Amino acid sequence: MRDFFHIGKATPRPDGPDKAAGKAHYIHDYERPGMLYGKIKFSDHSHARIKHIDTSRAEKLPGVKAVITANNTPEIRFGFLRDNMALKKDKVRQYRDEVAAVAAIDPDIAAEAIDLIQVEYEPLPGVFTPHEAMKEGAPLIHESDPRGRPRSHNILPLKYHHESGDLDEGKRTAKHIVEGEFSTPLVQQCCMGTAGCIAEFDMNNNLTLWAKTQIPFLAQRDFNRVLSDMGLKEKNTRIIVPALGGAFGSGLDTHAYEYIAILLAFQTGHPIKIVYNRREEFANLSPRQSSRTRIIQGCDQNGKLTFRQVDVLQDNGAYTSWGATYPSVMLMPATSLYRVPHITFDAKLVYTNNTYCQAMRGYGNPELTWALESNMAELAERAGIDPFEFRMLNRNEPGEITPMGLKISTCGLKECLEAVSEKLDWKRGTKKGKNSGVGMASLIHVGGGGRIYRSDASGIILKLDDFGNVNVFYGGVEMGQGLHAVLIQSVAEALGVMPDKVFINPTDTGTCPWDVGTHASRGAFMAGNAAILAAEKLRSKIFELAEELFPAEVEKNLKKHQKKNPDYEPPDLDIANAAKRNRFDLQEGYIFIKDAPPEPWLRMDLGRLLRAAHFRPQGQMLTAEAFYDPPNESPDNEKGFGNLSATYAFGTQGAEVEVDIETGDVKILRMVAAHDVGKTLNPPGLKGQIYGALAQGVGYALYEELKSDKGKIQNPDFRDYKIPRTNEMDFPIELAFIETDDSFGPFGAKGVAEPGLVPTAPAIANAIYNAVGIRIRDLPITPEKVLAALKNKKMA
Amino acid sequence: MKKTITFTLNGTQIDVTADSHQSLLDLLRVSLRLTGTKEGCGEGECGACTVLVDGLAINACLYPAYEAAGKNVITIEGLTGKNNELSDIQQAFVDSGAIQCGFCTPGMILSAKALLDTHPDPSEEDIREALSGNLCRCTGYVQIIEAVKKAANRSKDKP
Repeated sequence: MRDFFHIGKATPRPDGPDKAAGKAHYIHDYERPGMLYGKIKFSDHSHARIKHIDTSRAEKLPGVKAVITANNTPEIRFGFLRDNMALKKDKVRQYRDEVAAVAAIDPDIAAEAIDLIQVEYEPLPGVFTPHEAMKEGAPLIHESDPRGRPRSHNILPLKYHHESGDLDEGKRTAKHIVEGEFSTPLVQQCCMGTAGCIAEFDMNNNLTLWAKTQIPFLAQRDFNRVLSDMGLKEKNTRIIVPALGGAFGSGLDTHAYEYIAILLAFQTGHPIKIVYNRREEFANLSPRQSSRTRIIQGCDQNGKLTFRQVDVLQDNGAYTSWGATYPSVMLMPATSLYRVPHITFDAKLVYTNNTYCQAMRGYGNPELTWALESNMAELAERAGIDPFEFRMLNRNEPGEITPMGLKISTCGLKECLEAVSEKLDWKRGTKKGKNSGVGMASLIHVGGGGRIYRSDASGIILKLDDFGNVNVFYGGVEMGQGLHAVLIQSVAEALGVMPDKVFINPTDTGTCPWDVGTHASRGAFMAGNAAILAAEKLRSKIFELAEELFPAEVEKNLKKHQKKNPDYEPPDLDIANAAKRNRFDLQEGYIFIKDAPPEPWLRMDLGRLLRAAHFRPQGQMLTAEAFYDPPNESPDNEKGFGNLSATYAFGTQGAEVEVDIETGDVKILRMVAAHDVGKTLNPPGLKGQIYGALAQGVGYALYEELKSDKGKIQNPDFRDYKIPRTNEMDFPIELAFIETDDSFGPFGAKGVAEPGLVPTAPAIANAIYNAVGIRIRDLPITPEKVLAALKNKKMA
Repeated sequence: MKKTITFTLNGTQIDVTADSHQSLLDLLRVSLRLTGTKEGCGEGECGACTVLVDGLAINACLYPAYEAAGKNVITIEGLTGKNNELSDIQQAFVDSGAIQCGFCTPGMILSAKALLDTHPDPSEEDIREALSGNLCRCTGYVQIIEAVKKAANRSKDKP
């Protein structure tokens, strides 16, 4: 590995002091002159015809400036399959459907006005599980598709399938076969800063939207289409991204509340702010999809996997967001975690009258890995092989091309498994105590971008100023994960300047170059690679300029120095010739001749070079841009093939737990997280990503579940929807970072944002099995489920 | 009903008009334009709005503005010194990687301050207990707890 100046060293995040001082500005803190407050009237039926909406009383309330419904606004369709509408006209399909909205001079009046709107419904029978929804004659959620063609069933028109090898052959050669069905619940992203936006039109009818988004440029496209739908042809949206109070996938789509803010802003001529309160966020923001996975795996007498058969059923809810493409990511572990010759994978998504779902960190991978790694543990036991050895035997290797065509450039899975085994003292016998035990689970995830869209690119612009500062314009989103610190490090390293001379501009579609979005753990990978490309170009431009300006500057410095120190003997260096041959280097903000002695009078400050360039006759400025698109492929989801990412992240987590057999409580005693990160860029940022994801994994494993009764969310607050607190995260977490120095990664690094929560739940479940011999297949693993399983085991 | 209340805010005595149904959070954020205090849930469950009232960490969203009369209130804005100098606790959060999205950070720092003002040398248990009312979705708390330990050590080292 190379030596680096800044990469691998703790670099403070640039927004840290502002955040610590309460000076970072979130959407909640923004105000615009003349701003009004928008509020949405949500449905209180899961499935019903809208017979009549009476807004007259709300309109009369003093302070109310507009009341809108589908009847007095243009139809706005949106969503991945364009099956959703900003305001619902004829019927509601989920409990949270938007039926009306108001704009008022303060939030209290807006809330009062909402209560004055009366909606008359004709209830329709609803369907609340995918199984019900697939039954013959089940009520149709959508009677027609967005083009108006009639629909005959509730299954989404999205196909996900993979077949490789020969499943029959795989079953024939299997000595041991284990089958299981596993489920995962609806869970919420739980950003500490709730969702919201401000929409404002100028008098040319161009829109500015302050949005809590991870996809400013794709959102711009969505909103521009809507401006067109509103009759504002050829008008533009500028998106400005404030500090985000977390996102975790919730910003990967555009939302009805944003369209409603736009409609209200246009109708009133005032900026409109809509911010969800916590209850609205829980009840009305799309969560992670629930899933049911049937998995069968077999291995031969030596423990080598011979086949894997996976069928996934997902509850899509009433409309379609990007959550509907989870199976494209599930394909990755299903086909490529461990080496399996014969595989089939199928996934089906079904409309129901439940809340519609969207992206969340891990994007299908935690759901699939939950089933896969639980089943792996069961198969190891059936085959009589230690679960660690079983995984080692079937592990992935560098250089391998997996059944779906993933090109595994580097792979640290072996080292990750060994690190967990060592840190958990696995070899001293896996059983630890009477009711305690250990378990492990591994993962594969995209680590080099993920070609979900046709482009997987990120643009960057570097602009040098008079003081040698580098202003960076980048369209990726800092949502808390630490992207900007890594971007500063990457620019500083690749260009040869000090990190405190690098400034990241706010994300704004009006100033930043195009970027496909911050998702799929691609932030640092893309930003780093884009920075390297742009920095190379900028260095060439700097050195070209130095050819003209450097010799005179250094001659002058030398003379000055010699005057003060008459004994000084200058080195034998033909500066003019070296400059002509462009033998320059740039480090820590100084240009110098390669191999020249490190004397301060033999170098030129970058700012000085820029000033000389700016102020001379026919001067020039220095900027460089780059557009990095990684070498990966759009997968063919119907065939289940394609090298989705430029490189892949691997990892293994281990858990030691103790089960209270009286209460069913699971106490985590410690966890180990070993991750193949390619190369550590910023140690505190990297640790934060893994610790934080692991905590989300603990919540997913043990208690998080958005409970829904006939489509109505039952626990829309932090009292009843529990996420981990300090007193739950009271166990030691040991980290091991495996550096595989990937050639595609910026400085060798892979993406790390999502992997930390992918294997957490199965690692804990496997430890529970090891501790007390019960196998829980439905997340979350609540005390009630543990007690019920213990009782069943006793009876058996 | 509106009335004028007097209290000490970040070291300065102020008079401000408050409404009988107004929360201290609303008074701070809307009336006094101190937006460093965050609203995460409005129901006292997440701790994002934590401020100190007479040294105790409270949820400003549940605390009636009237109740602040005559008391000593400290918000995150009160911790930063002159010339943008961060306090020890704030600096420790910055240095420890304890900040990600930052939305919970002001409340988290004030809960830590309430602890350290009364227990300058807390155990890890004490820190966990003191921060158990402050939710964070980003960090998994590990580096936050390290930050509070670091802040405690820093204060100890000071003459």
